Amino acid sequence: MEQLSDEKISQAEKDEAAYFAERAKAGAAAASSVPVASGDHTLFDVQEMELNFGPQHPSTHGVLRLVLKVDGERILEAKPDVGYLHRGTEKLFETETYPMGIPHTDRMDYVAAATNNHAFCLAVEKLLGVEIPRRAQLIRVLLDELQRLSSHLVWLGTSGIDLGAVTPFWYAFREREQILDFFEEYCGARLTLNCMRIGGLPFDLTPGWTERVAEFVADLPSRIDDYEQLLTDNRIWKKRTVGVGVISAEECVEWGLTGPILRGSGLEWDLRRARPYECYDELNFVVPTRQNGDTYDRYIVRVQEMRQSARIIRQCLEKLEPGEIRGKVPRVIKPPAEEVYASIESPKGELGFYCVSNGTNKPYRMHVRPPSFINLQALPRLAKGHLVSDLVALIGTIDIVLGEVDR
Amino acid sequence: MADVEKAPAEEKKARPEAVDASGHPWVRSIRAALPETVVSAKEFAGQVTVVVQKDAIARVARHLKDAEDFKYCVDVTAVDWKDRQPRFDVVYHFYSFSKNDRIRVKCGAASGEEVPSIASVFLAANWCERETFDMFGIRFSGHPDLRRILTWDGFHGHPLLKDFPLEGVDTGAAIYPEEWPEGGGPSQKDPNRKAVS
Repeated sequence: MEQLSDEKISQAEKDEAAYFAERAKAGAAAASSVPVASGDHTLFDVQEMELNFGPQHPSTHGVLRLVLKVDGERILEAKPDVGYLHRGTEKLFETETYPMGIPHTDRMDYVAAATNNHAFCLAVEKLLGVEIPRRAQLIRVLLDELQRLSSHLVWLGTSGIDLGAVTPFWYAFREREQILDFFEEYCGARLTLNCMRIGGLPFDLTPGWTERVAEFVADLPSRIDDYEQLLTDNRIWKKRTVGVGVISAEECVEWGLTGPILRGSGLEWDLRRARPYECYDELNFVVPTRQNGDTYDRYIVRVQEMRQSARIIRQCLEKLEPGEIRGKVPRVIKPPAEEVYASIESPKGELGFYCVSNGTNKPYRMHVRPPSFINLQALPRLAKGHLVSDLVALIGTIDIVLGEVDR
Repeated sequence: MADVEKAPAEEKKARPEAVDASGHPWVRSIRAALPETVVSAKEFAGQVTVVVQKDAIARVARHLKDAEDFKYCVDVTAVDWKDRQPRFDVVYHFYSFSKNDRIRVKCGAASGEEVPSIASVFLAANWCERETFDMFGIRFSGHPDLRRILTWDGFHGHPLLKDFPLEGVDTGAAIYPEEWPEGGGPSQKDPNRKAVS
C-alpha cells in the first residue's frame, strides 16, 4: 500500500475544507433561488406531487405533519400542520390557582421542564414583586443549566440518529441518564419535574448532590470531546449539514427565530446575557456564535453551549452557600390586577409568559410564547429548494418539541 | 432585570405599582408620528404598555419597526374581557436589540370586529395571528393565510373565550354517543366527572 506523505494529507485536508466552504455557499444560493418545475427534464415528465410527511414519522420528533409539494425529491413548498398535541394548556391555567399552573408547564417542553417552570414562576414573581433568596437563585440556575444540557443531549442524539449517525445517540443518552438521576434525586421526577415554586424552590438539595454534580460536570468536557470526535469533522455528517437550511441573522429576526438558530447565524443574543434574570449577570460564560447560519453551525453552537453550561454549573456550585430557599410569598397568591411579560432563555430560544391578573387567585389570562412554535414557522422558508432528506436535518436543527408547539 | 431595586431582606417590599407613561420617549415618538392613535400608556414593573387605536395598529407596528428599531416581534395574543366593551384586547410584544427592551402595544377590538394584520410588517406575526384567530375568533384583515392552527378546520367555537366551556363542545366526532355525552365533556360513567365552568 502506498504510504501517504504529509503533503498529500494536508493537501487532501485543504481540498476538503474548500469543498465544504463551497458547499456552504451553494446552500445559501440554493435556498434563495427556488427551482421551478420546467420542461428541462429529459428523462421523466415534470410532476409536482403532494407528499404527506408525518404526523406519524419518527423524524418529526412527535406529531408534526408537513404537506410537501415536491418535484422529484426537491421541495417546492412545505406546509406545516400542527395542533395534534393541543391540550388547551392556556385554558387550564385560567381555571386553576397560580401554583397549580406549574405542573402544566412541565408538559409543554417535556424535555426541558425546569426552564418552563422557571419562566412561569418568573412571570408570577414579577407580578407580585417578590424577591428570591440567593440560594434559590443559584439552585434555579443550576437546574436550568442541567436541563439545558439534557435538552441539548436529546437533540444531539436524536438529530444524529435522524441523519444516520447512530453512535452519538448512545453516548448522549448515557450522560442524559445521569442528569435525569440528579433531577430524580432532587425532586423525585425525571421528566415532569415541577421543581420550582412561586418565590423559590420546593426542596433544598439532598446531601452529596452538589458533589455528584461537580463530579459529573468535571467529566463532561471530555464527554463532549467524544461527541465532537464522532461528528464535528465527520465527512458524512458535514455532507448532510453544511449548507443545509442557511438563514441570515436579519431573516432570523424577521421570522422571530431565537436561541441557537439565531446565534448560529451570527447574532450574539442570549437572554441570559442581554436581559439577565436570577444571578446570570455575575456568572462568566461565553455566548457562542457562528457565521454561516446553516445546520452545521447550529450544531456547533449547541455543542459549545453545552460546554458553557458545564462552566456555569461549576461556578454556581462554587458560589452555593447555605440559606433560605423560599422568598416571602403570601399563602394565597393574589397578584395585583396588572399584566407582565417575563421570558427566559430556554434551550430552544426565548420562552415567555404573558400573565394578566384580575386580582383573584387565578390568572385571568396566561399566554405562552413558545420558542418551538415560532421557530417552526420558518421551516417552509428553510426547506424551500432542499431535498426531502434534508428536511429531516432541518426539523432536527430547529429542535422542536411538539408539546410546546401545540400546548 | 434592572427594574426592581434590591431591598434589604428585612424591609417589607412595596408591591410594584403601575404609573402613567405618556411621557415615555417611545410613546412620544408614536404620538408625534401618528397623531391621535395613542389612547393611553402605562408602565408596570419596568414594562411599557401603550394602548392604541385598533385601525392604526399596523401603522404603529411599522413605525416602531422602522423608526424605533423594534425589529423583533416577540408575540401576538389576545385577552378576552367578557363583559367589557370592546370585548377583546389584542396584545403585541416587540423587542428592540439596540435598546435591549420590549414594548407592549395593545388595541381593543369588539366582538366580530376585524383587526388589521401586522403579518406584512413582521413575518413572525403570521402564526401568532392565526393562533389568536383560532383561540379567540378575532379576524385579522389582510392576513395572507388566516386559518385555524391548533384546532382543526371545522372545529366549532374558539377555546380561549371565557364563555367556552372547559369540558369542551360537541365536535361532531361522536364515536360512542351512548357513553360520551352530546356537547362533549367527560363520560357520564366517569367517577371523577365534575362539571366545571
